[in-house]
Amino acid sequence: MAEKPVVAIHKLSKAFGKRPVLENINLEVQQGEILGLLGPSGAGKTTLVKAMIGLETPSSGSVTALETAMPNLKIMEKIGYMTQADALYHDLTALENLQFFARLYGLKKAQRKERIEEAAHLVNLTEHLHKTVSQYSGGMKRRLSICIALLNKPQLLILDEPTVGIDPVLRKSIWETFRSLKDSGTSIIVTTHVMDEAEKCDRLGMIRNGRIIALGSPDELMARCNARTMEEAFLYFGGVNDEN
Amino acid sequence: MRIRALVIRILQQFYRDKRTVAMMIVAPIFILTMVHLVFNGNGYEPTIGLINPPSNIENAFTNDSTTLYKTEKSALTDLAAGKIDGYLLIGKDLSIMVEGSDPSISKSVLEAVQSALPAGTDVPNMRIDTLYGEEEMSQFDSFGPILLGFFAFFFVFLVAGVSFLRERTSGTLERLFSSPIRRWELVLSYVIGFGLFTMLQSAIIVLFAVYILGMINEGSVFLVLLITLILSLTALTLGILLSTFAKNELQMIQFIPIIVVPQVFFSGLFPLETISRSISWISVVTPLYYAGNAMKDVMIRGKDLTEIGGPILVLLAFSTLFVLINIAALKRHRSI
Repeated sequence: MAEKPVVAIHKLSKAFGKRPVLENINLEVQQGEILGLLGPSGAGKTTLVKAMIGLETPSSGSVTALETAMPNLKIMEKIGYMTQADALYHDLTALENLQFFARLYGLKKAQRKERIEEAAHLVNLTEHLHKTVSQYSGGMKRRLSICIALLNKPQLLILDEPTVGIDPVLRKSIWETFRSLKDSGTSIIVTTHVMDEAEKCDRLGMIRNGRIIALGSPDELMARCNARTMEEAFLYFGGVNDEN
Repeated sequence: MRIRALVIRILQQFYRDKRTVAMMIVAPIFILTMVHLVFNGNGYEPTIGLINPPSNIENAFTNDSTTLYKTEKSALTDLAAGKIDGYLLIGKDLSIMVEGSDPSISKSVLEAVQSALPAGTDVPNMRIDTLYGEEEMSQFDSFGPILLGFFAFFFVFLVAGVSFLRERTSGTLERLFSSPIRRWELVLSYVIGFGLFTMLQSAIIVLFAVYILGMINEGSVFLVLLITLILSLTALTLGILLSTFAKNELQMIQFIPIIVVPQVFFSGLFPLETISRSISWISVVTPLYYAGNAMKDVMIRGKDLTEIGGPILVLLAFSTLFVLINIAALKRHRSI
């Protein structure tokens, strides 16, 4: 592709103490692409996305986002990030949470109002903005979390397990949101351990024990190993290192 | 802008968490009132022994309960038995003997004697003796000012530490650091947000103590507020710093016996001279020592700002140091 990648990871390794968490990761994400990172918990997905946004310093290798070496405060302003935990202030209302993060990204009053309305509409929370977060259901909290990540109109959206604990209907509508964002040019990186969700990504990186064991479009990956389901494919690629 | 965002959020959280706000304001008022009632009760009327008093003196004690004695020896026996609180011996000199184990009772005896003596009475040699212990009236007087400082420190330390801990454990800190906020902006926001709240908290408590409980205050009430505020900043920055080493709220509370309570010993409640040399040197590293001294200087000795500049500067230095360590310690979460 002629365009520069939105995220470029080169020979990234990360160890906590002596324990390696990521080993020799090479990965590129293009503009307007949804990249899924699929793997069991503990595989290193969260560490990988945290390295992308600059919250984790690599032991070796490099991470470039939007053509700038991370971490970089200017670039962080253009990235939306949703953590695995619902990082919300539970004693405040949803609107107050949104106002806070919008201010943090330097949005002016008029802009703030507009962006909050827009993002809340996308995740279907418009009617519940005046409730305190502690009254929210698990699914609503997740949606509010996604909503916050959308406030700064990010060019790159990184979501760590965004649909955990969300019912299928809502999950579908969230994925529709992702696709419409993708169509408007946003690159999205999603981590998941749900196989059928992985199939919805444009490209998929399978992660196990800190390594990318396979990378390609879901169809490509399944064709490569003659698998009928994503689960079979994952077992096939993972089996190489698996003695069981 | 980012600082403003954080400050607004912190204040909103206070507004929502009314129970914590109530604890920070009502609890000190409650305890101060208790202390006031327990130690400073006006209701106590001492029983005073008079040994062969001249009739004018005897009549002067009409408002007090008195017991007449023929000899000092019998008065002493009754004093030791707790039947009287003190006695007055009028010979060539005026001599007062008090029981002495309870400063507030000793004080009430002296007050009764002083108010009973006719104004302008020429007392060339007034001797005051105590049967037990020593005469430590100033000890009692210093109680209140130090308690004010202690409450400011204790509650701000705990609440600030726990809020920052929550920021870390709930994942919001991670999210904050994925935004373009700078580390110093985060720490400064906490200082401003909590500083604003603490101003309100200390104003209410200090005014309550001085104007409603009638706590001694010879100096300016604004100076008292200033000391409380600066001490709170130290508590705030230390609380945030120590929250780094706590995994949960309970571990934060575990810092109280380690960090907060020992400071009480050096705060001026107990005379430093009587504390064993092996630990008295610790006083110079405890913020409450400086705050306690400054509070006593203002409230009891009526000193002004220039005279308490030293302790205030030391407290500011503590806060600055803790702020800098905090900013550096946050590097764990993001390298820039």
